[in-house]
Amino acid sequence: MKKSIRLLGLFLTAFVLVVLSGCTAGAVANQNIVERVEETENPTLIWGVKADTNLFGLYNIAEGEIQGFDVDIAKALTEEMTGDASNAEFVEVTSKTRIPLLKNGNIDAIIATMTVNEERKKQVNFSDVYFAAGQSLLVPEDSDLNGVEDLTSEHTVLAVKGSTSAQNIREHSPEAEVLEFENYSEAFTALQSGQGDAVTTDNAILLGIIAQNPGYRLAGDPFTYEPYAIAINKGQEPFRDEVNEALDAIIENGTYAELYHKWFPEEEIPDLG
Amino acid sequence: MLELLSSYGGMLTQGFLNTLLASVIALFFSTVIGTLIGILRVSQNKFLNQFANAYVQLFLNIPLLIIVLFFYTAVPMYVVQIGGFTAGIIGLTIYTSAFIAETVRAGIQSVPAGQMEAGLSTGFTYWETMRYIVLPQALRIVIPPLGNQFINLVKNSSILAMVAGMDLMYYGDLIASETFNTFDTYILVALFYLVITLPLTYLMQRLERRNAAHS
Repeated sequence: MKKSIRLLGLFLTAFVLVVLSGCTAGAVANQNIVERVEETENPTLIWGVKADTNLFGLYNIAEGEIQGFDVDIAKALTEEMTGDASNAEFVEVTSKTRIPLLKNGNIDAIIATMTVNEERKKQVNFSDVYFAAGQSLLVPEDSDLNGVEDLTSEHTVLAVKGSTSAQNIREHSPEAEVLEFENYSEAFTALQSGQGDAVTTDNAILLGIIAQNPGYRLAGDPFTYEPYAIAINKGQEPFRDEVNEALDAIIENGTYAELYHKWFPEEEIPDLG
Repeated sequence: MLELLSSYGGMLTQGFLNTLLASVIALFFSTVIGTLIGILRVSQNKFLNQFANAYVQLFLNIPLLIIVLFFYTAVPMYVVQIGGFTAGIIGLTIYTSAFIAETVRAGIQSVPAGQMEAGLSTGFTYWETMRYIVLPQALRIVIPPLGNQFINLVKNSSILAMVAGMDLMYYGDLIASETFNTFDTYILVALFYLVITLPLTYLMQRLERRNAAHS
């Protein structure tokens, strides 16, 4: 009897401790990031980035670090805000884990190929757009296609079975013939064999294909609008404003253009509007 | 399922007709090529024999998908521009002909050697004996296994879906990924295949019975 009471006490203590630690985590999440940066000697900013997405955030085994456009933008922003790019720390996130990690205060901001949409706006705040993602067309260098409006009934577009991009292209150019494949690599192989005139999907994926296969380009601007922005927790509005200022600053001083050309050499810098 | 049929019936019918057309073409050519290769397999000419042997071993032992992808991707790049439907039929024909060749060879070899010897000794040439004495007997023997190859061919034609060949399976995949009603869609697709394979089975069985009555 006595023993079981002692055991119960032990459990209760453990429970209280867990609850308390939960509170501290909440406190971290609520802490004002801007104040923290101003008060600390060498403030670090923790960014959630992808580690499996070519060109945006991909873990480089040889270098032992995550590299990509997202990572470089985060470094440039950190330098702008704290004076030193090495203050940026990176935590690997996935589409599933990024919002919980942000809400718990494990990371200060998400810069991980995250598309702005209404559903997400209910949970987090978004910065200004830093990458104009959207559906686009991949064509051979010498193609005469310069956008979705050039497609006629003479053209064949290659897409992936059951994808939204296959439905989108039918709406945007109902005349063009659409062939659907199992995955991107099969669709791209079909393009290489001359079985179609263009492959369509998100431009971020197409840019990844181009990076590994020279001789191809994007045809014109994206024809759907699914922009990437940096996500910041609710209640951190001052920090979001600082991020936006820093973003403006790196666009102004040419750092943004430099990084854009570093990762997407052949592409024109889009108007972020 | 009826709902599915009413809204996607057109696509399924189109796919069905393409599958039927692809099957008929591939069936005709693979039977012709297969029989020819099968005869060469037992030929005394060393060169022809080796050629037929290499053909059968090559196409019998690599997956159909790879043969079809070869004709869909590599051939248009270097030789001639062909679409998914054509590439699929060519791949299917070559693949099936290897199996038919083996079936025909087994049939020829099951005809007692005495038949060939008797033919030659009555003054027929090798080819005449083959044409008039050995082959008619051999083909009768191989009708049941040949029927199985034909059925396999019809089912294997679903490979066209992999190269956007607009067949029944291609449209089935599209409908399934569009409606998320995977189960009903594939049941419908299966029923459409049965429309081709069941009559074919029946036909082969009748042929078999008629032959049994003759001999």
